[in-house]
Amino acid sequence: MSLIQVSNLAVQFSRRKVLKNINLTLEKGSVTAIVGPSGSGKTTLLRTMNLLQLPSEGTVTVAGVTVDAKHISKTDVHKIRNQSTMVFQQFNLFKNMTALENVMSPLIYNKLAGFDEVKSTALGVLRNFGLESIADQYPVTLSGGQSQRVSIARAIVAKPKVVLFDEPTSALDPEMVSDVLTTIAQLAQQHITMVIVTHEIEFARQIADNVIFVENGEILAQGPANQILSTDGTGRIADFVNSLEKRVTIPKTPRANTGVVASRLRLLQSGTN
Amino acid sequence: MTFSWTYFIHLFPQLIKYIPLTLFMAVIAMLIAVVAGSLLTLVQLYAAKPFQLLVKLYVSFFRGVPTLVLLFIVYYGLPEISPAFKGVSALTAAIAGLGVKQSAYLIEIFRAGIASVDQGQIEAGEALNFSFLRIFTSIVLPQAALNALPATGNTFVSLLKETSLAFTLGVTEIFADGKLLASASLRFFEVYVAVGLIYWIMIIIYTWAQKRVENILSKPYRRVVANVIDSSQQSSRAI
Repeated sequence: MSLIQVSNLAVQFSRRKVLKNINLTLEKGSVTAIVGPSGSGKTTLLRTMNLLQLPSEGTVTVAGVTVDAKHISKTDVHKIRNQSTMVFQQFNLFKNMTALENVMSPLIYNKLAGFDEVKSTALGVLRNFGLESIADQYPVTLSGGQSQRVSIARAIVAKPKVVLFDEPTSALDPEMVSDVLTTIAQLAQQHITMVIVTHEIEFARQIADNVIFVENGEILAQGPANQILSTDGTGRIADFVNSLEKRVTIPKTPRANTGVVASRLRLLQSGTN
Repeated sequence: MTFSWTYFIHLFPQLIKYIPLTLFMAVIAMLIAVVAGSLLTLVQLYAAKPFQLLVKLYVSFFRGVPTLVLLFIVYYGLPEISPAFKGVSALTAAIAGLGVKQSAYLIEIFRAGIASVDQGQIEAGEALNFSFLRIFTSIVLPQAALNALPATGNTFVSLLKETSLAFTLGVTEIFADGKLLASASLRFFEVYVAVGLIYWIMIIIYTWAQKRVENILSKPYRRVVANVIDSSQQSSRAI
């Protein structure tokens, strides 16, 4: 069953079309990685899926709610955002709230439960992520890895159908990356529909069911991760994948949904040796 | 004529009697300025273009006209064009004039405070499906208020000093009383130094209080945890 459908989508900034002729269908419970060079339109595509970026042409359908670029209604935007949420590159934790208050905020402000229930639910999510000890700390005192995991906790606490990740590890120090990737991998195992813009090719191979390759505002290819992200082929995508692989010197690791931390640590160790 | 310390010291009990009136004027004018400034900031940020232009005109006019001229317009000028202003007391006119003038400065300060809140904070609220009002009141406003607090405090400091202009309308406050005392004793230097000192002390106390408030409110935004400072101080003392 498709959960997200994007049809004939285009996004235009002043005169420049940053996305054109985008068509894609994402199944419920699937994990999709969007990859491509910088400035290709990956993030813009992701942002159209919960309408932080409004489309100039085409339609976006999430969980049965369709928004058409020709007549965008505020109610439909809210309906879509009710089903999908986003994790940002720069975390964007509310600076005036503690980690716990950040995680409580979607439940409280969308009036999804009473205060006591909200607090215990939020604490439960933080506990699952191993973040209970920092619940009362403000974002400024948290490390990048902790901040991003709190922001993931905040994104999933209201049980959205879709979680969108915009380069969730790009702003992190290398030693923080594995914690965040592990957290995302945990969510993948819970069959939450996820779309991830990432440069972590190895990670994409391990957890993504599908990969969408975007270049110059268009989808160049989409399909199963092991097929699209293969280093054996020739052509533009293989060149791109190979260039990323070379950059971080990733050795071949077994493709599995488990053992992300171990393989990630091996990568880090091999990188420092 | 030498500086008379005895006379100088005897002035203070006389002058401090008027501190409550000066503070009353400053606080009420500040309240007017904050309320008017906040509402007009919202108009400037979110209302239709013609209303935004009107606010710009308001800011430009009240920042451009000298305070004394403004007070005279309010107290002497307005009653001429409308009988509704005829019974207005000098105190009310002074407070209203000062409040309106400072609101023009506050609009600029509040606007900058709101603009300084990171766009990512707003986007995070949108992505989590918060309403516009919720994002504004629970995320933008608390952060903007802290950003705007130091400059708003400066406005209050100016306002407190500008209450001395109320004497020109016939309000007897600290400065007006000082003027009366100086005319009677002909000891201008002692009197005006004493008047100046009283303003200075009030502003020192206010500045200290504001710093305390800023410290409390900025706690969530500080990386350094208080007990870390304490322990480092203890260890340096031990050395």
